[in-house]
Amino acid sequence: MAAAHDAYKPDNKVLAWIEERLPIIGFMRSATTDYYAPKNFNVMYYFGSLALLVLVNQIVTGIFLTMNFNPSAAGAFASVQYIMRDVEWGWLIRYMHTTGASLFFVVVYLHMFRALMYGSYKKPRELLWILGMFVYLALMAEAFMGYVLPWGQMSFWGAKVIISLFGAVPVIGNKLVEWIMGDFLPADATLNRFFALHVIALPLVLLMLVVLHLWALHEVGSNNPDGVEIKESKDAAGRPLDGIPFHPYYTVKDLFGVGVFLLIAAFIIFYQPTFFGFFLEHDNFVPANNLVTPAAIHPVWYFMPFYAMLRVIPSKGLGVITLFSAIALLFFMPWIDRGKVKSWRYRGAGYKVALGLFALAFIWLGKIGGGEGTWIGDTYIGRALTGVYFAFFIFLWAYTYFGWEKTKPVPLRVTTHD
Amino acid sequence: MANEGVDHGRRRFLTATTAVIGGVGVVAAAVPFIESWEPSARALSAGAPVTADISKIELGQMVRFAWRGLPVFVANRTKEQLADLPSLDPRLRDPKCEEDQQPSYCKNTWRSIKPEWLVMIGICTHLGCVPDYYGEIRPEPFDAHWKGGYFCPCHKSRYDVSGRVFQGVPAPLNMVIPPYHFIDDTHVRIGVSPKGAA
Repeated sequence: MAAAHDAYKPDNKVLAWIEERLPIIGFMRSATTDYYAPKNFNVMYYFGSLALLVLVNQIVTGIFLTMNFNPSAAGAFASVQYIMRDVEWGWLIRYMHTTGASLFFVVVYLHMFRALMYGSYKKPRELLWILGMFVYLALMAEAFMGYVLPWGQMSFWGAKVIISLFGAVPVIGNKLVEWIMGDFLPADATLNRFFALHVIALPLVLLMLVVLHLWALHEVGSNNPDGVEIKESKDAAGRPLDGIPFHPYYTVKDLFGVGVFLLIAAFIIFYQPTFFGFFLEHDNFVPANNLVTPAAIHPVWYFMPFYAMLRVIPSKGLGVITLFSAIALLFFMPWIDRGKVKSWRYRGAGYKVALGLFALAFIWLGKIGGGEGTWIGDTYIGRALTGVYFAFFIFLWAYTYFGWEKTKPVPLRVTTHD
Repeated sequence: MANEGVDHGRRRFLTATTAVIGGVGVVAAAVPFIESWEPSARALSAGAPVTADISKIELGQMVRFAWRGLPVFVANRTKEQLADLPSLDPRLRDPKCEEDQQPSYCKNTWRSIKPEWLVMIGICTHLGCVPDYYGEIRPEPFDAHWKGGYFCPCHKSRYDVSGRVFQGVPAPLNMVIPPYHFIDDTHVRIGVSPKGAA
């Protein structure tokens, strides 16, 4: 994919002068008009570019929010109200940021599910998947710290609950919790450092990881709904027969996706900015108070499936281990799944059923994690669903390792080729 | 560049020692940054002891004080509440207070210096929420044989009136008893052990 930029010589003398010193136009061409992507992308392939769009939105709106936000325990809550009421268009900028945060997870979860559907984590895209998982981790840390900043009740208690997860570490646990908070409870010091991490440290990490993710993507090329390697069928000029240049074909397709996405985002921002208490929780409209616990503490919706696991397991140590391994296992998907066939279109029925159950368990756990937790049945269902979540990985390994999977023949070319 | 006569062993040695010394330097330089996250002198001084006036706490009542920004429950327990404590032992995780959740002078059934007065950090040992006080001995929705105690609204952990945790709830440990001592009959100093006790 990177072959074109050595050869490229612009006709314009100024551009040629620049290109000889910094081959930037050649690089742009190799990443757009000379970058061939499979021609059979479907709707599931919108979410990567949409995630990039939301990242830009978060950075731009975030920069403007820092201009009026006061990162102190005494001033944070009031400064957010100031942004909402007194700053010109402050409400819009903040709602774009809060809605963007939740939609970021919507598109990232769909993007990840797409990879599971079509086997995009498999050779040669293992590192691409792992880099993506690191993006997801950084995004979770970024979102968590961002949620603490308004210093409402849910900010404070959510921070307390999540930081105390580290108290489960043997021996140094309590010291570690104090070190993270810089006090004996979430306080000014905690808010200040979270602000620094949220606006500088983690965005830098996130951007770097996204660059590596895209770099790896352009090296190995996109997978597609058929799970066919388009580089294996090329024309005389060395172009993939089933590939089309990313620009203009997919830039235009992605622009259409952007239009639909922005329509939905605008509807939420203007008509339902709290999204029924999911994007902005009602308890967070009350200033933080360390002596009063809200009736039900739960993190924002995108953490709820993992939070439910913590909630239904009657042992703190085991609950924390379960929570972290639920995420860690995803990193190993390329080696847990030994099957050679990528796309679920040609995989055995067992895989489709297992993936369906896995998605169902994830969503249902989310519902339990966000619920009141008063009904004892939820605890037992939650335990069963946690079992289903982990069983997915065990089943997938056994299913493919022992050759129980009955796959269909994979075509040589994508199914829509002419 | 001329590569003849290169002593590769020597080059490797110099590269390795440079890397090791450089690595030590990086670790040493990281120490101030990591330690800057420790509680500051201001946070530590805010953790100084406080005195609680308990003269106005009625029998059966629980009052919250703040120490180090933590809620400290001070409860004046009734004879009935105390009488039921031993009968709960089979339903508790750590009835004999074996875990190090209290100073040695409070390692007893009522987990206190004076049986009727409980002084306890009101923080659930599961994930740090503040449990509610359900002092009455009567059936509650979460426990038909309730003998009074604390119920955490976050994840439904239950404790008896001594802050001892029940079995089958997410909280792993009894609630913490802070160091404290009685200055006189109506004042408790929270944060300092009695003279001569550890």
